[in-house]
Amino acid sequence: MILKEYDALSKKRFQVLDEVGKVINPKFEPKIDDKTLLHMYRMMLLARIADEKALQYQRQGRMLTFAPVKGQEAAQIGPMAALEEGDWLSPAFREQAAFLYKGVSLEQAYLYWYGNERGSFFEDGVRVLPVNVPIGSQVNHAAGLAYAEKLKGNKNVAVTYIGDGGTSHGEFHEGMNFASVYNAPMICIVQNNQYAISTPRAKQTKSETISQKAVAYGVPGIQVDGNDVLAMYAVVKEARERATKGEGVTLIEAYTYRLGPHTTSDDPTIYRKDEEVNEWLLKDPLIRFKGYLEGKKLWDDKKEATLVEELTEYVGETFKKVEVSEDPTVDEIFDHTYATLPEELKRQKAQHLAFLSESEEN
Amino acid sequence: MAMMTLLQAINNALDQQLTNDPTVVSYGEDAGFEGGVFRVTAGLQAKHGEARVFDTPIAESAIVGSAVGMAIAGMKPVVELQFSGFMFPAYNQIVVHLARFRNRSRSSYSLPLVVRMPYGGGVRALEHHSESLETLFAHIPGLKLVIPSTPYDAKGLLTAAIKDPDPVIFFEPKKYYRAGKQEVPEEEYIVEIGKANVLQEGTDITLVSWGAALRDTQKALQNLKENISIELIDLRTIAPMDSVTVVESVKKTGRLLVVSEQVKTLSIASELIARVNEEAFLYLEAPPVRVGGYDITIPLPRGEHHQALNDKKILRAVRSLAGYEV
Repeated sequence: MILKEYDALSKKRFQVLDEVGKVINPKFEPKIDDKTLLHMYRMMLLARIADEKALQYQRQGRMLTFAPVKGQEAAQIGPMAALEEGDWLSPAFREQAAFLYKGVSLEQAYLYWYGNERGSFFEDGVRVLPVNVPIGSQVNHAAGLAYAEKLKGNKNVAVTYIGDGGTSHGEFHEGMNFASVYNAPMICIVQNNQYAISTPRAKQTKSETISQKAVAYGVPGIQVDGNDVLAMYAVVKEARERATKGEGVTLIEAYTYRLGPHTTSDDPTIYRKDEEVNEWLLKDPLIRFKGYLEGKKLWDDKKEATLVEELTEYVGETFKKVEVSEDPTVDEIFDHTYATLPEELKRQKAQHLAFLSESEEN
Repeated sequence: MAMMTLLQAINNALDQQLTNDPTVVSYGEDAGFEGGVFRVTAGLQAKHGEARVFDTPIAESAIVGSAVGMAIAGMKPVVELQFSGFMFPAYNQIVVHLARFRNRSRSSYSLPLVVRMPYGGGVRALEHHSESLETLFAHIPGLKLVIPSTPYDAKGLLTAAIKDPDPVIFFEPKKYYRAGKQEVPEEEYIVEIGKANVLQEGTDITLVSWGAALRDTQKALQNLKENISIELIDLRTIAPMDSVTVVESVKKTGRLLVVSEQVKTLSIASELIARVNEEAFLYLEAPPVRVGGYDITIPLPRGEHHQALNDKKILRAVRSLAGYEV
């Protein structure tokens, strides 16, 4: 039992792989089949390339403001790989890697940050809620999703993500408390990436760890090396088992680092030093996972080069599609306000259409 | 006098009040060390110290709720909410405490604090970053709501807000934070809260606007070729509303146009038109007109132009109102 051995008050951080991908905790190395491991790596790499390309596009003025995920991929791919199809994801706004793994297409993920609501329209069966910007509010949604799944007698869980800064928010507490009281099958993953925009983790909470907050809710909490995809997988697997057995909520602190800016509007050089970033670059989750796969003879430089090329092309092609995608139509802008458009809105829509055709004539 | 942007004028007012009044404190998310995501408070922590200018945990309710406590204890907090679209967690504190403390304590307590927040659209921003929520504050008795459109007014109104004995919500038009400079006096001055500003006298139409919409309107009017005489009024204070200035103007022009970024239903324009109907109905020569958004959620950037103000929308309304005949 990982959660017991690495209990929130043990002051231990759970880790399976070291920084180059060597297994240092064989007792808890999860048993994942090769196919899944390779898929996980593929999605992690896709998330990384999509992120880096998006940043490039943004700097070229082709992409709007977005929140890069670089550095936090393991904290998302590991947990998503440990879930089942019927499980829910209630995200914050930096979970692109989790989105991709959970079945949101890259085109949709890009479209949202490209400024088109169609990017929040997911295919049937993709149990992912749209990007959630208002800090902390997603935790309560996860509590409700989890409660409902339990009520319906399903063995599904709800996973929610929040940041270190988000834990200061009332809704983090409220959602954790609500779900805990009813043993709702919820897993709350705090991506402690050390900064809330410019505000360092130490100014966010006096708690020594974020995982120890679990104690107050009466649920298990654990601090995990968030750059270790296997550790994240193993912990979520166990938390999921507890949840589906009716044992309730788990709070997981993924100790990680945001390698990029908060969003593309942010300049992190104002509040953090290059040396700090460089130290964390050595702990890159991709280096670690790649090392692990190489150790298992599942991966090598040649395969890496081929995959990088393939994914880079895929990302480029996808963004081209996004760039030529149709802007939201007047119908789309008005018609999703209610199930049925009220008379007054029909009138306003007609006025707008008249205005548009009149403007074209002039 | 110095040439300042609206953002610099706000920074200057804060700096001056932090210097002159030891009870003034300034805080918010990222508003200390970094100076806020827009850098409105840049340099203030270095100058006035971390005890008086500081970063808070992410919790809007805590920011405003703690400001209530500080104000009761004799301080004058000027707090920043990062975007008006994120103010909702603080709305509970604003409505149930900020607006009511004076009344329910029969004035034994007053809350001389200011809640600043950038508002409005047109900057191709993310979801929840483009709202114009004036009504949510103007509707609550006990709150004042102020929105400057120029650097001069920004400094004068913020200074007045800080000195005001009651809580003031201060909306900052982020679209015009850095667009355009104006001469702003170095010394302290106030622009009186509750007074509209007649920017331009005219005889055909009374055009009322405020904040970013007013700047958009001025830009649009530069392209007005027709000979229409417009009395342009910057409302500046939304609550308490200076409807007297507007009503007097309409008695002269007989025509009212209100331009705002808000959605249509229950907007500030609705209230202005109601007051004009009550006070100057028989002077009207045409039905009053609102130009602004539709009753929809603000679209993300690819569709935002459908909801945003533009020259054509404004000018079409001006022409149509000027040409209206009974």
